[in-house]
Amino acid sequence: MSAPFDPNRNLANVSLRHVGKPLVRTDAPGKATGRTPYAGDYVMPGMLHAKVLRSPMPSARLVRLDVSKARALEGVALVLTARDLPDRLAPTDIPGQTGQTRLKTDQQILVRERVRYHGEPLALIAAESVDVAEKAMSLIDYDLEPWPGVFDPESAMRPGAPVVQGTDNIVARHAIGKGDIDAGFAAADMVVERTYRTQFIEHAFLEPEVGLAWVDENDVVNIRVSTQVIEHFRFIADAIGVPHNKVRIMGALVGGGFGGKEDITVEIYLALLAKHTGRPVRLEFTREDSFVGHGKRHPFILTYKTGVKRNGKITALDVRLVSDAGAYVFLSPYVLLYGAIAAPGPYLIENLKVDAVSVATNNMYTSAFRGFGSAQACVAYEQQMDEVAQAIGIDRLDLRRRNYLKTGEPTATGYRVPSAVWTERCADIAWQALGEKTPAKGAIRIGRGLAAYQQSYGRLTFLHDTSEAWVGVEVDGTVIVRSGVTDIGAGQASALAQIAIEVLGVNMENVVVYNSDSAVTPLAGTTTATRALYMTGNAARVAAEAVRGRLVARAAKAFGVPVDDVVLADNKVSALDRPDKAMSFADLVRLCATEGIQRSELAMFRAPFTDRLDPATGQGQAFADFTYGAHAIEVAVDTETGEVTVLKSVACHDVGQCINPAAVEGQIEGGAAQGQGYALSEEMIYREGRLMTPSLSEYLIPTAMDVPVVKSIILESRSGVGPFGAKGIGEPALTPVAPAIANAVADAIGRRIHDLPITPEKVVRALHGID
Amino acid sequence: MPKTKARAKPGPRAKVESRSITLRVNGRTIEAETPPHRTLLEALRDAGFVDVKRGCEKGDCGACAVLLDGVAVDSCLTLAWTVEGRDIVTAAGLGSHDAMHPLQRAFVERGAIQCGYCTPGLIVAAQSLLAEAPDPSEDDIRLGLSGNLCRCTGYTKVFEAIRDAAAEMRSARRRR
Repeated sequence: MSAPFDPNRNLANVSLRHVGKPLVRTDAPGKATGRTPYAGDYVMPGMLHAKVLRSPMPSARLVRLDVSKARALEGVALVLTARDLPDRLAPTDIPGQTGQTRLKTDQQILVRERVRYHGEPLALIAAESVDVAEKAMSLIDYDLEPWPGVFDPESAMRPGAPVVQGTDNIVARHAIGKGDIDAGFAAADMVVERTYRTQFIEHAFLEPEVGLAWVDENDVVNIRVSTQVIEHFRFIADAIGVPHNKVRIMGALVGGGFGGKEDITVEIYLALLAKHTGRPVRLEFTREDSFVGHGKRHPFILTYKTGVKRNGKITALDVRLVSDAGAYVFLSPYVLLYGAIAAPGPYLIENLKVDAVSVATNNMYTSAFRGFGSAQACVAYEQQMDEVAQAIGIDRLDLRRRNYLKTGEPTATGYRVPSAVWTERCADIAWQALGEKTPAKGAIRIGRGLAAYQQSYGRLTFLHDTSEAWVGVEVDGTVIVRSGVTDIGAGQASALAQIAIEVLGVNMENVVVYNSDSAVTPLAGTTTATRALYMTGNAARVAAEAVRGRLVARAAKAFGVPVDDVVLADNKVSALDRPDKAMSFADLVRLCATEGIQRSELAMFRAPFTDRLDPATGQGQAFADFTYGAHAIEVAVDTETGEVTVLKSVACHDVGQCINPAAVEGQIEGGAAQGQGYALSEEMIYREGRLMTPSLSEYLIPTAMDVPVVKSIILESRSGVGPFGAKGIGEPALTPVAPAIANAVADAIGRRIHDLPITPEKVVRALHGID
Repeated sequence: MPKTKARAKPGPRAKVESRSITLRVNGRTIEAETPPHRTLLEALRDAGFVDVKRGCEKGDCGACAVLLDGVAVDSCLTLAWTVEGRDIVTAAGLGSHDAMHPLQRAFVERGAIQCGYCTPGLIVAAQSLLAEAPDPSEDDIRLGLSGNLCRCTGYTKVFEAIRDAAAEMRSARRRR
């Protein structure tokens, strides 16, 4: 189906001078000196302050909502309830798409009658100050009548369960069927079946959701907002009933996203309040608003049944996935699909069956989170590999080696990935790099664990994803890149700068990137799905190469040499082996300008466009490419207190080609910390749908006291479909960490805890044999 | 000593008038009509010191940390009325784009910044730490940052940056 990868296929006809170097990111100095404005730092004259009144109950009927006292309070400009809004809904289906029909999953903007989750908005307030808005909130009278709710997906699937969504709470199903599952199990010497559970996880970005909206002289609703997706402007326009070109989203550098700012947050509320009052309106979520106000990572129940030969070859795999979609659909169908496709992991499984279902409950709705279903699958498939290895008495790494998917072999959906598959190399290197084992001492036991993974980068190919970037050169030789891409902290904008200067042969201080404005920067799509570098990086590269082509042609004419002999480097233009032929880059640009030669280019990059997967068998192409790698962990477990300390953390990933190695390491180190929280300490606890952990003192993300120094080993196959052969690393960095820790804990204490997080209480119970 | 003249009576209806207070921030003097419940975080942001970030408003995250007479405090847990006359420095007050503080430069050069929202607070906490422990051990650094959450970096490069800056600051002191 596909030829083996050619390591030189993606290399430009330029030697890499900037790409692959740990250059200072364009956004770093402003952030270090406090000069960078975030979305919450903007104010306008006459600005109002907004608040959202939320339901304290997870399942209820709104029988009375009286806002008269709040409206009468001095300083209150507006109070909006569902009754004040026309019958419009908020779109929640996959964002940023440009022509696809979206699923009919739109959500009420404010509660009309039925409350489905704790925190669902009842009313919006705009007032002269935050204090007045808060006071007004306390003056709103309402009666909520409890309504039967359902709080776990297995109960919600049973006949007669309270219905939250649709007719039966089933919001999505996916199936994958490959080979002959019965024959596969018949050929097995042993069958191992285990069930793993993952928890609700909160993104806990440091910057709570915030925005500022105003209506301008053209009747355009402008919103400056912290978001991963400026192309929500279409959904916002639909929700407030204006044409798409009457909503403009301006991003800002985002104070963390991780998928939590992929869905709409404050935008529709702001648009409505600004439209109704005619004044600028600012809305900033408190931490508690943020915790109850955006979707969480899906808890999954993952049941793995593996048939295996005595020699370690896996003959069959039967996987059942159940995810808790919470109260509204949002991206649950896609998260589930990612989970189903990722279910077998980076292994060649010829006889495979996956049945996946996502179920609505009255818990908080769940949506995108770094790893997007693939991370949950990895928690299960990598623990299962250790369980299988133990059951048949084979070394954990050997079992993996006998089953790794290799370059050119088909994935779960029958798609042969176009790039190098270096899983084995990465796993072996990471494992080796753990070095000498720390000695056990007293009550402290030491354990080691490894997890390998396969993780897509780029969106589902049936979404027909595109991205645009514009590159231009000024007559003084400086470079401008314009692209709508949002920068959520990984250096998305800086990477475009590095790509552009690589192609144009100028230095980093000569480039400026303008990004994240839906009205004036070319639309680049979302910063989600580990797609920004792949998609927008390719667009920037294509644009820069077009500009380069015209500049080089003019220089070749000036020098009287073939175009292939023109060299652009260090802000200079020269001819190969002709020291007499040289000029500054600025002089060449000026020359082009005087002759009317175009000095800019707008380029669109298109991901492969495919049909949807076969609905019965799940076969076909789902993604353009995958990243492969592994994470190895050593832990110390205190058998008296149950406390787990991560001692060593080594990651080895094939990133294709680093654009900026420091930024790649940053992704890996940050992914390691988030994965550690996922494994050991983080859980959004809902009791009968009510959030029990509404702050950062109850929801425990790793601190500087908790994390080890991470060792990152970066391999470069130069085989990816991103610019210069890059693969994506944003999500992959996180995916293998939690299962590697879980495997290390099981190795240390000789018992496995099958549900995350592995808290001290669970460790102590496991050590005492208490279920 | 903090000056607190009026004391709010308990109960939601207690009414204490705002008064004009003077704060010294980054070497500037600002004056603002301030109600007694106004936190230093709110007062600083209202006065335009928006490098002081709001992350939780209850002392969990450290994004709002500022130096109060050289010691890092969470400005969200500090009432503006109580710090009149004290020396307040924010991250932006430590250095600027053209004249970066060694910590700022080290954070930039090490790639210790991702989304950057926690960065001003981390730099403030690190400055407070280095004032007390110019040659900090890894444990000192971890403890010194334990009140500051970062969700992006995993702290590895932050530790490196602080060690770099500490070395630079020590050698600058020796040169003097």
